[in-house]
Amino acid sequence: MCQQLILGLILALASFWSFADALKNDETVKMQVTQPPIDNPLSGYHFLTPQTQAMQDDEFANPGYLWVTAGAEAFSEDIGAGSCASCHSAEAMTGVATRYPRYDQRAQTLVNLEGRINLCRVTHQQLPRFADESQAFLALSSFVTSRSQDMATNISITEDAEPWFERGKDYFFERRGQLNLACYQCHDESWGKMLRGDRLSQGQPNGFPAYRLEWQGLGSLHRRLQDCESGVRAQTQDIGSEAYLALELYLVWRSRGLVLESPGVRR
Amino acid sequence: MNDQPTIRLSVPERAAPGEVVEIKVMIQHAMESGYRRGAFGERIPRDIIKHFRCSLQGETIFKAEFHPGVAANPLLSFHMRAEQSGTLDFEWVDQSGQRWSKQARLVVE
Repeated sequence: MCQQLILGLILALASFWSFADALKNDETVKMQVTQPPIDNPLSGYHFLTPQTQAMQDDEFANPGYLWVTAGAEAFSEDIGAGSCASCHSAEAMTGVATRYPRYDQRAQTLVNLEGRINLCRVTHQQLPRFADESQAFLALSSFVTSRSQDMATNISITEDAEPWFERGKDYFFERRGQLNLACYQCHDESWGKMLRGDRLSQGQPNGFPAYRLEWQGLGSLHRRLQDCESGVRAQTQDIGSEAYLALELYLVWRSRGLVLESPGVRR
Repeated sequence: MNDQPTIRLSVPERAAPGEVVEIKVMIQHAMESGYRRGAFGERIPRDIIKHFRCSLQGETIFKAEFHPGVAANPLLSFHMRAEQSGTLDFEWVDQSGQRWSKQARLVVE
């Protein structure tokens, strides 16, 4: 009787150990994919098919350059109040995009590159703001961003930007929409796994403004965020809204180490 | 930008006589198929380029016909044998007869 009990105990322990082992193994397998990207940021490029990667790499086949070309012309075109080139040389635009979003002391708010271009238009050219996602706006922003291609993002979270950073971080970790999903659940915990036919990326912003095959056109990061949010059936925020600016700041900080690719080609 | 779409050309500036050169062209165009519907279920009308023609000194050397289903911003790539210097004329015509064109000079020596 006693012997049977001991034998039973040993068997139970053995099966528990093997179960615990299996659990551990399963966890290590999961960790390879679910490790937060902070230490190992991978561009969205990494998750594309080889065909789409080839499309981005070939400067002629990449349709994003249609906007970059148009933007380069617009940059030096006199539109009544001088051109961008009357104050800035195109060469001076190198590296500018790596420093945004940043807190602007004069405007007393956080501005991204698009916001910076509009500030320039309103204060220095006395022209109305560009409409969000208008072709002329995308052309200029993609041209300026492309001048920082292959340069690493280089933002600093200053004291003024700190509350924005916290707000963006909260947004990233807050569940939303009918599917009740937060950004981190896909892009921190599940990147590399399949979401129906697509492989989940880390949600890195370094390819934007990007040419998306789904859009058949170029679009800003904020437009992409709207797509993500409508994907989880949440209320989308406006392009250029405070919530998206804050989130953009967090995303760019989270992507440090990655170089800018714009115009990227994405699914 | 819609009245004058951006056109990108890739034509070598110089070629040796008899050399086969690659020519690539891309035009910015929505190529709306006419089969899609908008957010309110309304039909989005078809708006496509129908014809493309490349000519050298007036002589057609390559042409193409487009149909719905061709993706936006169509890219074409083709080869030609360089025999004489001249101006290459690239022309796109849309379904309503509107034309867009751009020229490039090719020197053969």
